[in-house]
Amino acid sequence: MEVLVLLIPVSLFLGGLGLGAFVWALKSRQFEDPKGDAHRILTDEFDDKPRG
Amino acid sequence: MTLAEHPSLQACPACATAPAAEALAGRGGAGEARLDLSLPTIHCAACISGVERALLAVPGVADARVNLTQKRARIRADDSVTPEALVEALTAAGYEAHELDPGALAATTGDAASRDLLMRLGVAGFAMMNVMLLSVAVWSGASDATRDLFHWISAAIAIPTIAFSAQPFFRNALRALGAARLNMDVPISLAILLAAGMSIFETAEGGSHAYFDAALSLTFFLLGGRYLDQRTRTAARSAAAELSALEVPRATRITGETVPVAALLPGDLLLVRPGARVPVDGTVTEGTSEVDRALLTGESLPDRAGPGAELHAGEINLTGPLTLKVTYAGKDTTLARLADLVAMAETAKSRYASLADRAARIYAPAVHLLAFAAFAGWMWATGDVRLALNIAVATLIITCPCALGLAVPAVSTAASGRLFRQGLLIKHATALERLAEVDTIVFDKTGTLTEGHPVLSGHDADDEAAAVARALAAASSHPLAMALHAGLWAAPAAVSDIREVPGHGIEGTWQGRTVRLGRADWLGAPMGGGTATWLAMGDAAPVAFHFVDTLREGASETVAALRDRGYAIHLLSGDTEDAVASLAAATGIEHWQAAIRPDEKATFIEGLTANGHRVLMVGDGLNDTAALASAHVSISPASALDAARTVSDMVLLGRALTPITDAIATAKNARRRILENFGIAATYNAISIPLALAGLATPLAAALAMSTSSILVTLNALRLR
Repeated sequence: MEVLVLLIPVSLFLGGLGLGAFVWALKSRQFEDPKGDAHRILTDEFDDKPRG
Repeated sequence: MTLAEHPSLQACPACATAPAAEALAGRGGAGEARLDLSLPTIHCAACISGVERALLAVPGVADARVNLTQKRARIRADDSVTPEALVEALTAAGYEAHELDPGALAATTGDAASRDLLMRLGVAGFAMMNVMLLSVAVWSGASDATRDLFHWISAAIAIPTIAFSAQPFFRNALRALGAARLNMDVPISLAILLAAGMSIFETAEGGSHAYFDAALSLTFFLLGGRYLDQRTRTAARSAAAELSALEVPRATRITGETVPVAALLPGDLLLVRPGARVPVDGTVTEGTSEVDRALLTGESLPDRAGPGAELHAGEINLTGPLTLKVTYAGKDTTLARLADLVAMAETAKSRYASLADRAARIYAPAVHLLAFAAFAGWMWATGDVRLALNIAVATLIITCPCALGLAVPAVSTAASGRLFRQGLLIKHATALERLAEVDTIVFDKTGTLTEGHPVLSGHDADDEAAAVARALAAASSHPLAMALHAGLWAAPAAVSDIREVPGHGIEGTWQGRTVRLGRADWLGAPMGGGTATWLAMGDAAPVAFHFVDTLREGASETVAALRDRGYAIHLLSGDTEDAVASLAAATGIEHWQAAIRPDEKATFIEGLTANGHRVLMVGDGLNDTAALASAHVSISPASALDAARTVSDMVLLGRALTPITDAIATAKNARRRILENFGIAATYNAISIPLALAGLATPLAAALAMSTSSILVTLNALRLR
């Protein structure tokens, strides 16, 4: 059972990492146009236009 | 009726153009403008790059970005770039586009609200999963110190999460309690708070049951419903409410000074240029011209206007400059009186109670009573406060309307997503439910069943005359002249000295002869049925060019499909008997009325309603606004006047009418799904409530029941897509 002392912090840390990634994605407005982003990777043009 | 009973006129739809004027004035001098366009037909990767390329090719455009999810484009450009130019560029490239209001402030706040909910949802999801992991260990038999440790870790995750994520519920519940009402959020907040509080107490006492995971999954699932709700509403609001006014209400004084309409006084003299909209009611003092009254009356043919003629706000001056003496301004105009009618009808509509409201009204008190009964019953039977409280909390958690909270938003999100893909935007929260109850459909003619502009249908002219007519027509912006120019293929003849004779037509010289194109009475031609313009070459007898107002795409099919499904269909138009009769015959509508006034339209619909019918009104003009507002539910095309779109519950984004048939079918399906979802929620409660009351509900059972019913309800809603 001593292994829990290690495993619980590790699992919380990993979960926190996921939450951090989510917060970052939300803050950088990656959920504004999910459909458009899915289609944009199909175009040949290099997409460097900033989001309006 | 007293003034106090009137809803505020400030909020009237027909006055909605006024703030646009202020917004436009405030924008001046920025050097760079931000424009938004609605793109109802885009759907693929090629569309994205096609639209962006077409927009960037317009001089002055600094940046353009398409949002496919919202079917919009946002453009940064110089002040010199007009939305019309951009729409034209896109139309040339083959994409349908409509202008959106530049005051995108409201849209941004809507986006911010849904981002805020998404953040709370994400945090709740993260916490729920971690606590659930720890709970699995407890459920599978962890005991004593291990169990207590796990409970403490759960508490450390759950308490801050609830404090952050459940705030929207707490806030709504407080607001409801402040107003001495009960809403869905009161039992939700109570369940979350009691579950968390009880669990902390149990953990501190070393008890075996803690409901941290239940409190978190409640928060998570209900936030999910809230988020779906918010997203549907934001999408609708940002596109519909901001489809901007076509015209900004400004007037030009006779001195050349441009002033807001609000600053005008009766007696002021105004200049109305050809092609401009008449800003206020008034009398013509100088000049002759023709005016297009289609938006106000539904008449498809322009009217002659000379000194002494009465003009109304909203009409369009076509051929010659007019001097107008203001008779009424601001709130006294025809427009404002129409708005008054609309405002009265609107209040009736807002009283409609949605299915969710009705369910919540029964549900909230029932849940509280049940939990209290559980507490009182166990208290009386055992005298153990801790046990009784535990069971009451379990009852509250189990009955908490997880499935009920998701039942309606999940369905309406799926339904409105489906309709949005087909080009129909739902603006009003209860519009779908009301649409499902409709049994009678009333159409307007000009601009709704028809495109609203004439197209050349035939002529008696030889090639020479056609060439002359085309040359003359090119010189005018009169709708018939433009239709003639577009409808003839002949190369224009070399006509010289072309000049417009206001109120009559166009005159020129060709091979030494005077040639004239214009009204029948000007050229001495016979007045007849149908829309026509005449060409006289020298002294020869005038020849006629005939026009029809073309049917909107899918008009006949839509009417036929709706009739086949057993809906009663009516056609109401302000246009002449001839025009309406031929259109009714073409589309197969049996019940029609011509030359009908705006208030008569509304009265007609009220009459139908009084006879127990539920009416869907489809219309686009100012003359339809009162009717649109008094109907049970209403739809207007995107090309409609701002006031008509504002009062409508739904807006057709594309040109075709066909989505209407599908919308009614989808609305009926959606209603059925909502009722099914209530059924699922009720079944779940019928099983779980006795268990909870008997004290048999464990945290594991609560977690299982809550998740399954929520997922079932969501899956059922997804069948609509």
